[in-house]
Amino acid sequence: FFFKESSQNVICLLLFDSLRPQLPPSHPAAPPEHLKEPLAYMRKAQASWEKRVLKSLNSMSTELGVPLARMRPAAEQKELANKWNEMGTDEPDLTSFRPVYAPKDFLEVLIGLRNPNHDGSEAVGVRSHWGLIQVPLNVRDIPQLRRAYSELSLTTGQLGIDDHAHIHPVIVEQDSAAAQQYSRQGCSTGLRADLWALILNSNNQPQDVMHYEQLTAGVIQHDLLVDNLIYKDVKLTASNDDYYFVFEDFLYQVLLCFSRDTAVLEHFKYNSATPPRSFIQGERMSRVIPFHGFSMYVAPLCFLYNEPSKLYSVFREMYIRYFFRLHSISSSPSGIVSLCLQFERLLQTHLPQLFYHLRQIGAQPLRIAFKWMVRAFSGYLSTDQLLLLWDRILGYDSLEVVAVLAAAVFAFRAENLMEVTSLGSAEAVLADLSTLKVMPLIQVFLFATAI
Amino acid sequence: MSGEDVQPVSCSIKPPVYLQMGDSETGAAPSGVCVVDVALPFGKPVNIQEITFKNYYTAYVTVRLLRKSPGQEGPAKWCTALRDLPLMDNPHTEAGSQDYCSVHRAQMQVEPDHVTSVRLILRQPSSAWLTFSLEEVNIFPHVEPNPEKEVSDWLSDLTLVDQHPDLEGLPDPQTVSSSIQQMWALTEVMQTNQTTASIGRYDVDGCYDINLLSLT
Repeated sequence: FFFKESSQNVICLLLFDSLRPQLPPSHPAAPPEHLKEPLAYMRKAQASWEKRVLKSLNSMSTELGVPLARMRPAAEQKELANKWNEMGTDEPDLTSFRPVYAPKDFLEVLIGLRNPNHDGSEAVGVRSHWGLIQVPLNVRDIPQLRRAYSELSLTTGQLGIDDHAHIHPVIVEQDSAAAQQYSRQGCSTGLRADLWALILNSNNQPQDVMHYEQLTAGVIQHDLLVDNLIYKDVKLTASNDDYYFVFEDFLYQVLLCFSRDTAVLEHFKYNSATPPRSFIQGERMSRVIPFHGFSMYVAPLCFLYNEPSKLYSVFREMYIRYFFRLHSISSSPSGIVSLCLQFERLLQTHLPQLFYHLRQIGAQPLRIAFKWMVRAFSGYLSTDQLLLLWDRILGYDSLEVVAVLAAAVFAFRAENLMEVTSLGSAEAVLADLSTLKVMPLIQVFLFATAI
Repeated sequence: MSGEDVQPVSCSIKPPVYLQMGDSETGAAPSGVCVVDVALPFGKPVNIQEITFKNYYTAYVTVRLLRKSPGQEGPAKWCTALRDLPLMDNPHTEAGSQDYCSVHRAQMQVEPDHVTSVRLILRQPSSAWLTFSLEEVNIFPHVEPNPEKEVSDWLSDLTLVDQHPDLEGLPDPQTVSSSIQQMWALTEVMQTNQTTASIGRYDVDGCYDINLLSLT
């Protein structure tokens, strides 16, 4: 007799379930969504944010009369295959497409986050918070950061600043943990690409290349509405950037494949929300909806990897480990909510005069710093400085250093900021970060601030 | 763990009592201390294996047990099994506030045997929270594993068709066989109702959400 494959799987599942003895009660069965995100109100907020984004995408589809997905006719497929390496030369009419959301929309959601059990009344004696984030997550202060980031102390050499510093030789035995430790003091330019790939366990095996080729075939066969958003985002951000415009074609290739990669669903294991119901009948999509600036997650990597499947696999791993936390709501210490709170706390504790002044003139610091943090500073720092920052994200397996840098930037420009009298002029003081050297800023902020 | 199908003891959890400081005249204030009494079935003292619960913003929990020594006359005595177990890293911040926890007998300072009542004393010193409690409190009894069960006994059980074998952790064969029969019937139904439409792995309405798995 013959079973249809899927029914066979269902039967097996049920069989195993009934025969498996009850789990011993030594670890009470926490539901899977609790393991991903223990706080109920955070799960709810993330689910409702996702719903909002999807709804926005669906209305865009209806308004513009563009289907969420469509199969390309053969002639179009051929044309796309031919100009695969120069998609940037295309100038489709994207005027009617707008990004589904921008970072500032997401910031409003985070500002509105509330724990229903939190007593926010002013009479409460707990240290009052001047900032915008109102959820009491545990974030580290400078003494704790000094212990955790001891390799960044003022007496320890950093690559890029102290290139004569004595640094242990690179371990060539493909030791991922050692590479991570090494990366804490910065990677030398020639070694960075290999070190990052080692840390991320992205070895470009034949199956990775094949997976990438399958994805490119998918791009050629089907056109997604999201593709237009990607085109628009690349055109608006990376293509306008002096450092990244040369990589325009690479960015299209990587991002179009990424939006079809269901393996990215894996990352939802760590994200609190379950994958939303597919709105594309039978079409495989990663369900990561790009927002304005999303392509900047990929752009800096183009300096390190020129082989598309390798570039793709490193980007995907970076997204799954780090970048997704910058645009989802969770209680994770690397999540954007914690980073925002940490930034505000660091500023309030160590630069109270500045924070108070900015608040008085209607320039809440987070409103300026948020866009930097959401993109992990990509597009705001010069590329060599950005890569040094991302070395530390990988080295410490945490995005905390992004919040620390944001506070350090405010500390660095504090004198000028004390003079300004409006949000606009505060923005102007902090508009250009391209000349900043990140490691001295972070080192001085962490290790030279009086406490 | 032995993997046995252990059910929690049916107990009655009294409503939590939040202790107040001061009196109603001068104005009672919350003290940050709450007492939850869990009464075990009357006349059936329990040897406790484990106490499990879900936290809701409690910072520390103390477990007290009312034990009656068997055979000895005299009243049951209270003792402290665990004092101020921290459930939250920092009483003022979220970490641990909604976690699932368990307290095993090995963690307790006294043998949790012949217990007739359990008292949980919850503390939450931070004023950041409106309320705090524990939810889904379950008490699992200690079950002695049968030491005489050897492989030869198990094999000889198999050959005695008419006897009811001593099931150690295995589900009832009748239940399993009837569920398998039901599933078999289902597969027969599905075979006869085959369509050419692709079902797709775990697909329902084009959705990949395994929680929406359905057989219809």
